[in-house]
Amino acid sequence: MMFVSPSPIDEEFLLAALDSPAMFIPIGATPVSAGFPSPAEDYAQKRLDINEYLVRNPVSTFFFTVKGDSMEEADIFEGDILVVDRSIEPAHGHLVVAFVNGERLVKRLSIRDDHVMLLAGNPKYPPLTLKEGNELEVWGVVIGKFKRLPT
Amino acid sequence: MAEARRFALVDCNNFYASCEKLFAPTLAGRPVVVLSNNDGCVVARSAEAKAIGIAMGVPWFKIAATAESQGVVALSSNYALYADMSNRVVEVLSAFTPDLEVYSIDESFLDLSGFRHLDLVTYACQIRKRVARWVGLPVCVGIGPTKTLAKLANHFAKKRPSFEGVCDLMSLDEPTLAHLFSETPVDEVWGVGRRIATRLSEMGIETVEALRRSDPVWIREQFSVVLSRTVRELNGASCLSLEAVTPPKQQIMASRSFGSLVFDVEDLREALAHHVSRAAEKLRFQGDEAGALTVMIRTNAFKPAEPQYQRTVTLPLATPTSDTLHLIAVAHRILDDIFRPGFAYHKAGIMLSELRPTTAQQANLFGLPPQDARRQAAMLAMDEINRKWGRGTVRASAAGHRAGWQMRRDRLSPAYTTSWSDLPTALAL
Repeated sequence: MMFVSPSPIDEEFLLAALDSPAMFIPIGATPVSAGFPSPAEDYAQKRLDINEYLVRNPVSTFFFTVKGDSMEEADIFEGDILVVDRSIEPAHGHLVVAFVNGERLVKRLSIRDDHVMLLAGNPKYPPLTLKEGNELEVWGVVIGKFKRLPT
Repeated sequence: MAEARRFALVDCNNFYASCEKLFAPTLAGRPVVVLSNNDGCVVARSAEAKAIGIAMGVPWFKIAATAESQGVVALSSNYALYADMSNRVVEVLSAFTPDLEVYSIDESFLDLSGFRHLDLVTYACQIRKRVARWVGLPVCVGIGPTKTLAKLANHFAKKRPSFEGVCDLMSLDEPTLAHLFSETPVDEVWGVGRRIATRLSEMGIETVEALRRSDPVWIREQFSVVLSRTVRELNGASCLSLEAVTPPKQQIMASRSFGSLVFDVEDLREALAHHVSRAAEKLRFQGDEAGALTVMIRTNAFKPAEPQYQRTVTLPLATPTSDTLHLIAVAHRILDDIFRPGFAYHKAGIMLSELRPTTAQQANLFGLPPQDARRQAAMLAMDEINRKWGRGTVRASAAGHRAGWQMRRDRLSPAYTTSWSDLPTALAL
């Protein structure tokens, strides 16, 4: 190996040259060696990222773990991890995380003529009506969920 | 004359306590205090805690009995949570201006000079609203033509409810300003500490207004060029610009009191290795290497009845380095020299000094034996992994697997936003 250029040495490059650790080359930047170009070259795209699918606004996104079975009709089960985005304006019909009287709850928000209710997705649980003395804060809107399965 | 500039200081209200309240609905309306390392002193208070008169800095054990009977909740410092929330706030703020200086974990200066054409009070209200909605934390905004005035404006925004969280000094007329400043003690000015304030007051300068009216030349003669610059800034002449990048530190220290007393040299070795690992990571992050390493060990000086021992030794390094393993070896060599058995050790620490940029050495990198280059690559890889997967995922084995000597944090809330096992639950009940 020979270096003739006195220009600043790229440390990263140098380290790689001296003792190459694992290197990650983004697909699409793969250098093509002599011979025919890969027929897949024109189709190279970046790999799918689950964050990109589930999270719209990382800075306002928080995760909560679900405990309980009251939201099963809304496809929300014990152990699911909820993706909660605070930047979304809560509206009628949204699934929300709400703080009510010292508890963190996941419910469906119902707003009808200034009448705010939190509904469960399971007939066993009655709706929570916002009454005098009830402290209710809609904390954020649930925009997705995920879960790892045992393997 | 150049057109006046516009600075904003955005400051989170009761930052640590607000972070805790955001995730714990049981804390709503309750007085909350956050304690320093080892659950020592009160370092942050919620509005409710301030209202019942809990002082800043008071040792918790002195007030615990009374405070708890008043319903005060005391929590250990949850740095993982605060750091993440702070980063989120900064990210939201940086959408409002390209020029931002992170001044502390809960304060940022924004240069809004380019937004003069906007109504800055309205702009600041948008900033407040977005941080409150997106991140869930209350902030106040102070605006002025200099950083010193922006900081002062923030004080008014916070302390005077009539401003509703936003104070633009430029929107006030001169008599109002003079009135406001003459009601404000001089030590509220950025950079005026207690000692300077005492001396100023001996000279009859007790209010912000009096300092603003002082002659900067006379102030420079009596005090310093720094304080005379403050006087100019109070008069609207911007002398301090944003420090976009904080200057690299000249020393890096890591030390901590033990949660319980330590008698065993092995425990001290582990603690030092842990401190060196943290410090060396910071060192590499700022692109430096260290030319000297200091090790300090001591017993508890506040227990004079106990046998006392303390030593601090600095060792210059033949070749400056940022290699964790090398630095740990040096720290251990020093420890072996200074350790005396039979004492109850209370604190251990290290300092890296004689820092210089690694780049100065780059040309020599070729000369390094391959071993060193590999080590350096390993260090970079270790930092990368730790950044990605959390501090301490990969570490020198000398740093140990026990946490017995780490600080006491009996009242620690979960790392709600940075650890999968600590996520807050949402009840479906």
